[in-house]
Amino acid sequence: MNKPYNHTKATLALAKASFRSIMRSPSAVVFTLAFPLIFILVFGFLGGGGIKVDLAIAPGSDLQNPVIKALEETAVINLVKNKSKTEIAQQLEKGNIAGVIDVRKNTVPQPAYLANVQYTSASMDKGNILKSVLNNLMFMLNTRDLKPSVAEIRESTVHGRTYRTIDFILPGQLGFSLLSTGVFGTAFVFFSLRQTLVIKRFFATPVKRASIILGEGLARIGFALLGAVFIIMIGHFFFHFTLIHGIVTVLNMLVLSIIGLIVFMGFGFVVSGIAKSESTIPPIANIITLPQFLLSGTFFSIDHFPVWLQPISRALPLTYLNDAMRQVAFEGAGLWDVKLQILIMLIWGIAIYALAVKVFKWE
Amino acid sequence: MDRNNAIISVRNLVKNYADFTAVKGLSFDVYENEIFGLLGPNGAGKTTTLEIIETLREKTSGEIIVDGFSVDHDANEIKRIIGVQLQAAGYYPNLNLVELMELFAGLYGVNIKPMEMLEKVNLQDKAKAKYKALSGGQKQRFSIATTLLNSPKIIFLDEPTTGLDPQARRNLWDLITEIRKNGTTVVITTHYMDEAEQLCDRVAFVERGEIIALDTPDNLIDQLLSRGFERTKEVKKANLEDVFINLTGKEWREG
Repeated sequence: MNKPYNHTKATLALAKASFRSIMRSPSAVVFTLAFPLIFILVFGFLGGGGIKVDLAIAPGSDLQNPVIKALEETAVINLVKNKSKTEIAQQLEKGNIAGVIDVRKNTVPQPAYLANVQYTSASMDKGNILKSVLNNLMFMLNTRDLKPSVAEIRESTVHGRTYRTIDFILPGQLGFSLLSTGVFGTAFVFFSLRQTLVIKRFFATPVKRASIILGEGLARIGFALLGAVFIIMIGHFFFHFTLIHGIVTVLNMLVLSIIGLIVFMGFGFVVSGIAKSESTIPPIANIITLPQFLLSGTFFSIDHFPVWLQPISRALPLTYLNDAMRQVAFEGAGLWDVKLQILIMLIWGIAIYALAVKVFKWE
Repeated sequence: MDRNNAIISVRNLVKNYADFTAVKGLSFDVYENEIFGLLGPNGAGKTTTLEIIETLREKTSGEIIVDGFSVDHDANEIKRIIGVQLQAAGYYPNLNLVELMELFAGLYGVNIKPMEMLEKVNLQDKAKAKYKALSGGQKQRFSIATTLLNSPKIIFLDEPTTGLDPQARRNLWDLITEIRKNGTTVVITTHYMDEAEQLCDRVAFVERGEIIALDTPDNLIDQLLSRGFERTKEVKKANLEDVFINLTGKEWREG
């Protein structure tokens, strides 16, 4: 009985209990893993092929000729065959297909074929791509056996890193996962522990308040990091998510995750303090998470937002987490290279914890 | 009970809330190894008094010494030697009883075997169950098990038998008597006078924040009789609860 009380032991016991509890809570698993993974799957499969232009072949068109053969080998072109005239007309009007081609054997020997192409005003951008693809193709076909008289193009491509959709989407989804775990998880746990007098029972033991906060925080960080590793691994092995320096990049991303999560947990403490009942937690938490979800470059680069919206985007902490994550993962930046982003997150952290200390309630 | 050591001494305890005074200068002692009952209607100040002794609530004024420690300066020492069962406490969600025991062992900083603790309150079969899935009597027994983890000198039980059926209630009485036999002092609140009469060595009646009587149940009954009190209905040698227990059997069931 005279042995001094061990605060570390109490903190770790709490962390262990909380971690077990989180792992068994369906909502935590859904928000941290399932949602981000669904988005990653959707965008991972969507983002593979780049631009495709649909080109219909008119019924009755000759199919055994060099033009069609060349078109079939062109990656950008997706040939649509076996459609009736009316179907093609309808789809052209809607812009579902960019054009229709009709190749016929010529009645005179030169040129051997005539290709009639019809574009649609409903899909001008794809039509222009189609136009230049066709011009290029015809030029190649027609000049195959000739020596150029003016100049010859010698083409080559620099082999850089392929920036895939996953490289943009995954860091955003990771940020979103941390945001929802931090805000929703923390808010619900502390609210319900307070409401069901679990915390009061804790206070009847020698445990310190700091141990309760720390234990909960450790459990949540542990859980979120597991989630982050899982998301990164799925992205890397199934969708070729770029990790420039391999494991070092992953570790850097995890450090960023911890910083982000601690900041977001601050929001969670505030929400648990100001919520009057369990049912007011989701709306308040959504006010915090949704704008960041949409405006922080989770799905679209904020450079594409209207100019008046960009300053709002650039004020949100998730913007900087996403930005730092992308630089670390794709550009191979070290943590020191993203110090500005980290600094802004820390400023958010200080502000939000100052508020949390004011509004947080134990009883 | 001889006049042995007071393990808890409360002097002139006052608790003011914003708009009313819950406790108005209470003074009493709890002796070592007795079962002490705090009785009184709802809102009389029983729970407030308990929670101030348990160091869960600030007092307005007065002095409280628990086993030589003052609630003002040594709250943490007091917490280490007491066990507290709250009236409506919940337990950490999604954990089973063994895991909850491990958590509390960590919070008290003691090494215990969770299964042994559960056996003490006859819950070893429920080791893998969640607290929420327990019956009322099982919940109370589990709560009491958590109060015993740190081998406390004193345990506080706030209405442990409210809402239980007669079998579960009797079962809990046996448990409480057992705990006292092992040398622990028990402070209990209850609304059931038969329970207080059966269990408590001494009881204090609390009314509107004041103690209006404090003695052994026997003495209090004798005092009332000596003032000429008579029951309107002659008491038989058994009551309806005896009938109930006799008809439905003594072993408690979990429903």
